Amino acid sequence: MSEAGTTGSARLDVARIRKDFPILSRDIRGTRLVYLDSANTSQKPQSVLDAMDHYYERSNANVHRGTYLIAQEATEAIEGARGIVRRFIGAPSDRNVVFTKNATEAMNLVVRAWGTKHLREGDAVVLTEMEHHANIVPWHQLAEAIGIELRWIPVTDEGHLDVGDLDRLLDGAKVLSFTAMSNVLGTVTPVAELVAKAHDAGAIAIVDASQHVPHITTDVQAWGADFVAFTGHKLLGPTGIGVLYGTEEILEATPPFLGGGEMILNVTKDGFTHTELPWKFEAGTPMIAEAVGLGAACEYLTGLGMDAVRQHEVELTAYTLRTLTERFGDDVTIHGPSEPAARGGVFSFAYKDIHPHDLTQVFDEHGVCVRAGHHCAKPLMRALGVNATARASLYVYNDTDDIDALADAMDAAGQFFSF
Amino acid sequence: MPGLEDLYREIILDHYRSPRNKGELESPPATRVEGFNPLCGDEIVVYVDVEDDTVKDIRIGGQGCSISQSSASMMSAAVKGKSLAEVKGLTKAFKAMMSIHEQSLDGEGEGLEESGESGIDPSEIADVPEEVKLGDLEALRGVVKFPVRIKCATLSWNTLAQGIDEATAG
Ligand SMILES: Cc1ncc(COP(=O)(O)O)c(C=O)c1O
Repeated sequence: MSEAGTTGSARLDVARIRKDFPILSRDIRGTRLVYLDSANTSQKPQSVLDAMDHYYERSNANVHRGTYLIAQEATEAIEGARGIVRRFIGAPSDRNVVFTKNATEAMNLVVRAWGTKHLREGDAVVLTEMEHHANIVPWHQLAEAIGIELRWIPVTDEGHLDVGDLDRLLDGAKVLSFTAMSNVLGTVTPVAELVAKAHDAGAIAIVDASQHVPHITTDVQAWGADFVAFTGHKLLGPTGIGVLYGTEEILEATPPFLGGGEMILNVTKDGFTHTELPWKFEAGTPMIAEAVGLGAACEYLTGLGMDAVRQHEVELTAYTLRTLTERFGDDVTIHGPSEPAARGGVFSFAYKDIHPHDLTQVFDEHGVCVRAGHHCAKPLMRALGVNATARASLYVYNDTDDIDALADAMDAAGQFFSF
Repeated sequence: MPGLEDLYREIILDHYRSPRNKGELESPPATRVEGFNPLCGDEIVVYVDVEDDTVKDIRIGGQGCSISQSSASMMSAAVKGKSLAEVKGLTKAFKAMMSIHEQSLDGEGEGLEESGESGIDPSEIADVPEEVKLGDLEALRGVVKFPVRIKCATLSWNTLAQGIDEATAG
């Protein structure tokens, strides 16, 4: 396996890939399942399901404490998965890879543990208008607790970050925390550039890579970020596991988040000393099977080749934008960058005057799974001037048939609500 | 298997197309309350003018899907001019309708459990007065078969209840 998952065969064989995902053979009310909600959560290949079953059937035991064979196997299973994840994101050492419940918990760990220790009243934290609530609410909570100041990088009409005023926003700031790919607009942000800007200004850089890691080769060292958070279930892995990457330096400077078993070196009646990285941040029995599943997911993607994954999604993005504009013209508004190479396969759109909730209800009749709502990004919704959008999103198992099915379902909705 | 026609009855689409009592009331004297559906981001504004224990006037603002908008429209027509006691009875009856076990609707095995999905507490629907007639609001009965949409239908009612509480509090 190569570093950072860059193995590349030329193209994805989507027909073959679809066979790896048992759920895709399910029919919904007599039609095929058209799953276009992978930005919400992805489907899981058989290899991930098998890896988790295999762990429970063969090696289930608690980790880091048993002397017997299966306990040793269980420990190797979770630590092996950590190594796979480390290679997948290009981290230097397993010490930099902390398992959490999801991206949200990873962000809370950073804000609570690092933020509470290193930030003071009046310190500025710079966010962007296109953040997921996971990268907003914990900061609001810290603001309530100690009175930090939040500053916001705005979004342009095309759905890019408006960095025109960035130097002023970063002036004196302690943190820049931003998404690598918008879960609403698909916008891919210039991560390395923004990290460098933050560092120049003396701020640390935190990257929410929840939408990036599943879709585009991710090299955390090339980014140079201090912290990177992402979630397993959007990258073909199970729910219940996320990852916090941190540099050795910053993780050492961050106190433990939760306290309990697993994270200690010694406990007396007077106090405790915590153990070393990364376990210092993993209190209690960890999500062992989920880690195993996440490892299998990273291996599956590496097998496909992340370059091929990206190429497939750029092509299908171009097809989607073309199909929707050709078939619906001015009746459809697609938010976000119009250039496929500048975005991921996430399409927030409005169709005629049909409310997203009604639109996706009709889609459901046609087996088309699309999310409606604010996508946990209410500040961005406000900036776009809408309450809600319908959002279709792509992954390795989607093909042009799925997009055609979406367009057909839009036609059906248009007819149903024609008045 | 519930179909779209169970959800989108003609009366519902009619109220969605031509909402009744849409607009604003000057507040004060009217009470203005906002309601949010955290699931989809819909926002509704209810203006309610309570005088002599009666809903003298009501207006609806905000944006939402066909279910939340039509429910608000029907509600406004149903409560306008009614005494607060009557409005309370209607609210109970409506919420009771929104929390009926799906199995008892169509007898199919694959019903929704009496889960927290509707967000309706049993105490809110205890002792529904027998004489209450839901009228047009009956058209929303099919919503129970689409559990995620129940909150769309109840949003305006919860907002109205809050408005009446505020109007009568001081
Ligand atoms: C950009 C982004 N950040 C964070 C999250 C939170 O992920 P999770 O709910 O798994 O913690 C999501 C997904 O909902 C997301 O899209």
